[in-house]
Amino acid sequence: MFDNVWLIPLFPLLGFLINGLCGRVIREERVIGAIGSLAVFGSFVLSAATLGNLLSLPAGERVHNVTLFTWISSGTFRADAAFLIDPLSCVMLMVITGVGFLIHLYSIGYMHGEEGFFRFFAYLNLFTFAMLILVMGNNLLIMFVGWEGVGLCSYLLIGYYYQKKSACDAGKKAFIMNRVGDFGFLLGIFTLFWYLGQSHGIWTIQFTELARHADILPTGGVVTIITLFLFLGATGKSAQIPLLTWLPDAMEGPTPVSALIHAATMVTAGVYMIARMNFLFVRAPETMLTVALVGCATALFAATIGTAQNDIKRVLAYSTVSQLGYMFLAMGIGAFSAGIFHLVTHAFFKACLFLGSGAVIHSMHHALHHALSQADPQDMRNMGGLKSHMPRTYWTFFIATVAIAGIPPFAGFFSKDEILWRAFANPLHGNLNYLLWGCGALAALLTAFYMFRLLFMTFHGDCRITPEAKAHLRESPAIIVFPLIVLAFLSAIGGFIGMPRLFGVANLFEEFLEPVFSRSAEYIKVGHALELHNPLLEWEMMGASVGVAVIGIAIAFSMYVQSKTLPERFVAAFPLLYRVVFNKWYLDEIYDLLIVNPCKATARFLWKGFDVVVVDGVVNGAATLLMGASRMLKNTQTGYVHNYALSMAIGVVVIVACYIFR
Amino acid sequence: MPALHDYLIVAAILFAIGAVGVLTRRNAIVIFMSIELMLNAVNLTFVAFSRYLGNIDGQIFVLFVMTVAACEAAVGLALMIAFYKNRESIDVEKMNLLKW
Repeated sequence: MFDNVWLIPLFPLLGFLINGLCGRVIREERVIGAIGSLAVFGSFVLSAATLGNLLSLPAGERVHNVTLFTWISSGTFRADAAFLIDPLSCVMLMVITGVGFLIHLYSIGYMHGEEGFFRFFAYLNLFTFAMLILVMGNNLLIMFVGWEGVGLCSYLLIGYYYQKKSACDAGKKAFIMNRVGDFGFLLGIFTLFWYLGQSHGIWTIQFTELARHADILPTGGVVTIITLFLFLGATGKSAQIPLLTWLPDAMEGPTPVSALIHAATMVTAGVYMIARMNFLFVRAPETMLTVALVGCATALFAATIGTAQNDIKRVLAYSTVSQLGYMFLAMGIGAFSAGIFHLVTHAFFKACLFLGSGAVIHSMHHALHHALSQADPQDMRNMGGLKSHMPRTYWTFFIATVAIAGIPPFAGFFSKDEILWRAFANPLHGNLNYLLWGCGALAALLTAFYMFRLLFMTFHGDCRITPEAKAHLRESPAIIVFPLIVLAFLSAIGGFIGMPRLFGVANLFEEFLEPVFSRSAEYIKVGHALELHNPLLEWEMMGASVGVAVIGIAIAFSMYVQSKTLPERFVAAFPLLYRVVFNKWYLDEIYDLLIVNPCKATARFLWKGFDVVVVDGVVNGAATLLMGASRMLKNTQTGYVHNYALSMAIGVVVIVACYIFR
Repeated sequence: MPALHDYLIVAAILFAIGAVGVLTRRNAIVIFMSIELMLNAVNLTFVAFSRYLGNIDGQIFVLFVMTVAACEAAVGLALMIAFYKNRESIDVEKMNLLKW
């Protein structure tokens, strides 16, 4: 039934090989774009078929391991090249291939005329391949291969404009910060493998096997260490505190890359990994608390920064970090399916937002280019009033903004509200619930605020560019608008698959994912007080989360539509606060001071002190020694035939003498 | 009729004279002649032993040695002339271009 799932990652790989190897020869943009998009579309069709197959099975039989071949077999260690098809990986497959396909389509229009068009599509396909490997792998090692693969593609695509120094730096920053996380991830894998093998004789890294043996694991102790390592990996990939500063810089890449990699798919890999290892995380309460607190803090922290940025993509980048924080909050309170649900809806509306901003930037760029203006096409202060020029982009953007702000009945409302409610009602973290909920709600308010600030500054009010540039503002071509419409449609209705039970309907999404998380849910129930069940309270909390969103929108409306001077007066009133938030809480500077500069100093010392003196000294010393010895010995090589002949003659005499007188 | 050892003594003396000549003289032509002397000393022992043992092989060998010596003289003298054209001298001490 699932024998053909290996074709799903194969298509993008083929697309990568064709475009990567022959792209320079093909040259025709339409052909390259078609190859890249069709490869992902093929995967999408197969993923949909897989989902259909899975749905046709009874809920208890929806976990399948598909082994291709044995990859590594060494003593007790064994890793297969094998795929795991279960509801969780299936959901991820649909998101990656579905949203991925739309973004590929969009890229054909967006990247039109760019140098290295084929390179872009080759990287994009390679990324899709790696991401599919990451979510489909049935053991930690295969997952790690995908994990590293997406990191590589992220680096390549951030640095796509490699002639630009800032893009190269951003690529390096992303890669290096991810390496820190990957190191933690690896340590987690090693510790888990070693611990299970040493103390229980179970040498395995396969997810289903690990989950089957989860009951023998103790609570806390070594499991806490393992999960903390894994979580460090997740913070790197998903840009959480402390490894979050790479994601805003990653906006140097082309906008479709930001949409696909740095919003919809790759950055959610950390969330996916925690959900995949849920049986481990629920056995480490301290880690769960850490995850929840880090997620919560990140959600709030990034949201505050988002309120003060002027670069349209940077606002969205901080928004992504913030929303990822929500997902981690959900993971940390054991609401795994709620977190994955938010991952899915976030993929819809954030991809739509990024692609919409890309359309805006594209249009602004052309307009400013025609008017020979040097203004920054990404700066919202140069925009305004784009609504009448780009109506379709505006409406799709509007729907996605409403969705992320959490207004019912759009997708973001259902997922965000569920996380907030579960944060409030969950039994895991005692009285910290109120704190978690409070931070989450505040972040929701800020989300609504900064998103509507972005919307108002970009699309409403007066156009702030010169009239001649304004004359060149155009709606984007159909190939760019079509993905926007599809994604806006999904942002609008996507939430209905996961409506709360409170509405008297089945939560289809949660039921679908239940087989993956049911054992962890039982474990939480056994170990802790019962979850809060109070329909009235739940209605109230729902009202509260809608309320904060509305408040956020109202503040944005009053500040950026009604009274144009209010933001300036606000900045004037709180100059310090504004400066701190605008400069991202000086996080980059703090990291520079605490980590980057000491590292540089150490490296400089090792270079000037150790490498130059010790290493080079040893090498050069050996050479000098040899040279001195040679200089002495060369005196025997007089170059005169006489001397050689004489020594030969003496030699013969000596040999003969020895022979005779021995 | 001299005995075998008389020939061998003469040959040894000739060889020693040749060897000393090669080692001590600086004129390339003289060194050359000394080498010829050494070769002929060897030829003499070949012939002497050939007669003594009644075996013709030694005498045939001498013909080979003489052929090679003739070739060597031709090549060697050509070298001398070439060298003399460059340096106006055939002093082997001055043949030191490849010396460090």
